[in-house]
Amino acid sequence: MAKLNINGKAHDVQVEADTPLLWTLREQVGLTGTKYGCGVAQCGACSVHINGQLTRSCSMPVSAVKPGDKVLTIEGISRNNSHPVQQAWAELDVPQCGYCQSGQIMAAVALLKKTPKPTDQQIDEAMTNICRCGTYQRIRAGVHRAAEIASGRTAKPAAKPTAKSA
Amino acid sequence: MKKTNASATSATALANPSRRGFIVGSAAAAGGLSLGFHLPGSAAPAAKASVTEVNAWVVVKSDESVVIRVARSEMGQGTHTGLAQLVTEELECDWKRVGIEQVTAGQNLARNRVWGEMSTGGSRGIRISNTYVRQGGAAARIMLLQAAANEWNVPVGEISVDKGVVTHAASKRKTTYGKLAVAASKITPPDVKSIKLKSPQDWKVAGKPVKRLDTANKLNGSKVYSIDLKLPGMLYAAVKACPVYGGTLKSFDGDKVLNLPGVKRAVQVSPSAVAVVADTWWRAKKALDALPIEWDEGPNASVSSAMIDARLKEGLAASGAYANRNEGDALKAIEGAVKKIEAVYSTPFLAHATMEPSNATALVTANKVEVWLPTQNAEASLAAASEESGLPLSQCEIYKHDLGGGFGRRGGDQDYTRQAVAIAKQFAGTPVKMIWSREEDMQHDFYRPISQCKLSAGLDANNKLVGLHIKVSGQSINARVNPAAAKGGNDDRQLQGFWSAAGDAQFGYAVPNLLVEYAMRNTHVPVGPWRGVNTNQNAVYSECFMDEVAKAAGTDPLEFRRALMAKYPKHLAVLNAAAEKGDWGKPLQPGRFRGIAQFMGYASYSAAVAEVSVNAKGEVKVHRMTLATNCGHAVNPQQIAAQVEGGVAYGLSATFYGECTVDKGRVVQSNFHDYQILKLAEMPHVDTVVVPTFDFWGGVGEPTICVVAPSVLNAIFAATGKPVRTLPLKNQKLV
Ligand code: FES
Ligand code: FES
Repeated sequence: MAKLNINGKAHDVQVEADTPLLWTLREQVGLTGTKYGCGVAQCGACSVHINGQLTRSCSMPVSAVKPGDKVLTIEGISRNNSHPVQQAWAELDVPQCGYCQSGQIMAAVALLKKTPKPTDQQIDEAMTNICRCGTYQRIRAGVHRAAEIASGRTAKPAAKPTAKSA
Repeated sequence: MKKTNASATSATALANPSRRGFIVGSAAAAGGLSLGFHLPGSAAPAAKASVTEVNAWVVVKSDESVVIRVARSEMGQGTHTGLAQLVTEELECDWKRVGIEQVTAGQNLARNRVWGEMSTGGSRGIRISNTYVRQGGAAARIMLLQAAANEWNVPVGEISVDKGVVTHAASKRKTTYGKLAVAASKITPPDVKSIKLKSPQDWKVAGKPVKRLDTANKLNGSKVYSIDLKLPGMLYAAVKACPVYGGTLKSFDGDKVLNLPGVKRAVQVSPSAVAVVADTWWRAKKALDALPIEWDEGPNASVSSAMIDARLKEGLAASGAYANRNEGDALKAIEGAVKKIEAVYSTPFLAHATMEPSNATALVTANKVEVWLPTQNAEASLAAASEESGLPLSQCEIYKHDLGGGFGRRGGDQDYTRQAVAIAKQFAGTPVKMIWSREEDMQHDFYRPISQCKLSAGLDANNKLVGLHIKVSGQSINARVNPAAAKGGNDDRQLQGFWSAAGDAQFGYAVPNLLVEYAMRNTHVPVGPWRGVNTNQNAVYSECFMDEVAKAAGTDPLEFRRALMAKYPKHLAVLNAAAEKGDWGKPLQPGRFRGIAQFMGYASYSAAVAEVSVNAKGEVKVHRMTLATNCGHAVNPQQIAAQVEGGVAYGLSATFYGECTVDKGRVVQSNFHDYQILKLAEMPHVDTVVVPTFDFWGGVGEPTICVVAPSVLNAIFAATGKPVRTLPLKNQKLV
């Protein structure tokens, strides 16, 4: 039994204490945007924020999450793709298969919160998630573009999500 | 069947109207269904727009949106968007209102394969199906325009269409596809032979760098991959197969885990695998880890990488290899040459490591099998489901989810599909989702085949190449998947890229005396196609050796190649494009060096220039890569660039880190800590140069990967003066 605050909502979950937060989110809470890639904190597909801290949820037992902790998942970033990172990702067609992108976006959001205008080197250091499709070049461009969008420079209109791929 | 509408949902759906619905296909989600391609449990949706199938490829809705059906699988390579562009081009509908819908293998079977083959591998998605999908779009346009002509009673030749708006200029009348669809669907389709497709010069949507259609739900967690699927009452399975290939399951003690939380029971999956089924996957996995299992590891339990290496070396030395090309007398020419150059190269087994591990959900009842899964070949999945369940194909159905990566792992080999069906069979009536752990996935792959290559060359007094002997010794993919094509070791596929015929994987150099041989040396480790298949290894062999020979000749590597390529103008043009955009020969920052390579596969021509530095510790940094490709027709240049960029990352992972070794008969590497993947910080800047010649259809997903490793290795050779002949780089001491 654990009490979790996820994306601003309280959840009571029936789960063994050593269950990773990842699987609690996916199987008990029903939020499957957070992905399983390795289970051993190597790939970042499972990235969430806990009290604003980027965390690999596959390697965090649910018992380590306190009821007052604020867990933010990809579903809590915005459902309508309005967050600057989502806008930038859409504008640059960053995803290929998309499987790693929840984690990439969580990492980018965390980076931009701390460092609103990151340098390439800061992006190198912060963005350590694996993308097997190799979207790194566009991820880098996407982080720069998201920084621009967030600071109000929307020179290029951001692509709006449409029903096509909703 | 000409026309269906919103009420034509599947029988399963109608039988279970109360179960929570889940709809496959974005178009369906937008309201209304065309073929009822949705999962069991879907209630018939409230129809907002009426939906009409004009033909198999094109569905038009009364709200003017258009659904284009696709048979090929989307695994990130953008094929769905590309195919939709091609259909749209001929259909002349409004691209802004286009959505796509996946056909299922069962529907394809039921309609006599009206959508053709569904297999998505070998970079064939667009290059093989472009003609018939464009014809599908054109046929629908012809029918829609004819419907307008009939309605207005005017000759069809007087009618024009733009973005789905149909106009008769003389009478100033206008209508739309949405209004014409029902009438159009009743018109006899035109004879395919009478359809004239547009010339690419006139393309408006195809050939343009339009955005992908499938991005939005990848940005907010709402895209449902197969691993995310939830069905009512579903159970979950974690599975373990004998770690030694060819070994079997001797026994397991299921009682020992029965009391663990959520566990239903442990079941045998196949002669070599066992699973635990529980109410969540995590509980199933924990119980599986606790399950006492005894394996019979079989005859391969002592095989090691050293033994495999010795076997390949023996293959290089042995006589009796299969000669795919034997022109002139290479051995004699080399023997009599002024300078002789010889080298042995080797490349390891590699795992695919798709980001989404292998998984599938199956529901088996007495007379039906349904499987939800990521697959590159839904028809192979259908066959596997049928064989495993014993039910005829017509009682099986495959629901494809877009793949979290494919790279060749999920094509003809449907091992995971069989497993899921075998497990679900033992829980009849209950859907069971089987997920492989990353460890299971990495250790039960169909690996890129291991091989070694001995190359010998001879130069005459003028430093001209007079003879070349390429001898590959290694494992054959065909020996397992298509033995007829590897009979007696005569397997051309392992020599991909050295072929002489024009059109595909053609060797781009004219050498007066050329011998290309293959010594088949198989191992017990299963091998399969891995993005780029054998072009990767063979490009390393020939392109790195080419630099060694150029150096011996005292010639610039680009000039040395050019001199051999006059008869191969397409290869040469792409090499030149890469050289030019990659600044070959121009001054470099201090400490940086360039390498170049070209090769051909999947009917496309590729070349690369890499710019690297090697520091005092021997660490390599790739700063910049320029890749040029001629894929004939370029359907979406920005998606081609995306594939090239992704290919660079995939290729560099293999160059730097990729290696599966064998110890005690099993693959040693188990997860990303010991099977390292390139990270963003190591990604060079990639410039993509697309130089289409518009006279053939070539692939995009795979062809450019093979030039990544050799261009980087050649740059290292330029930097250190020492050729790198063994991959991966992590095992090499460069300084
Ligand atoms: S799944 Fe958590 S880091 Fe890979
Ligand atoms: S987009 Fe496929 S793994 Fe990153």
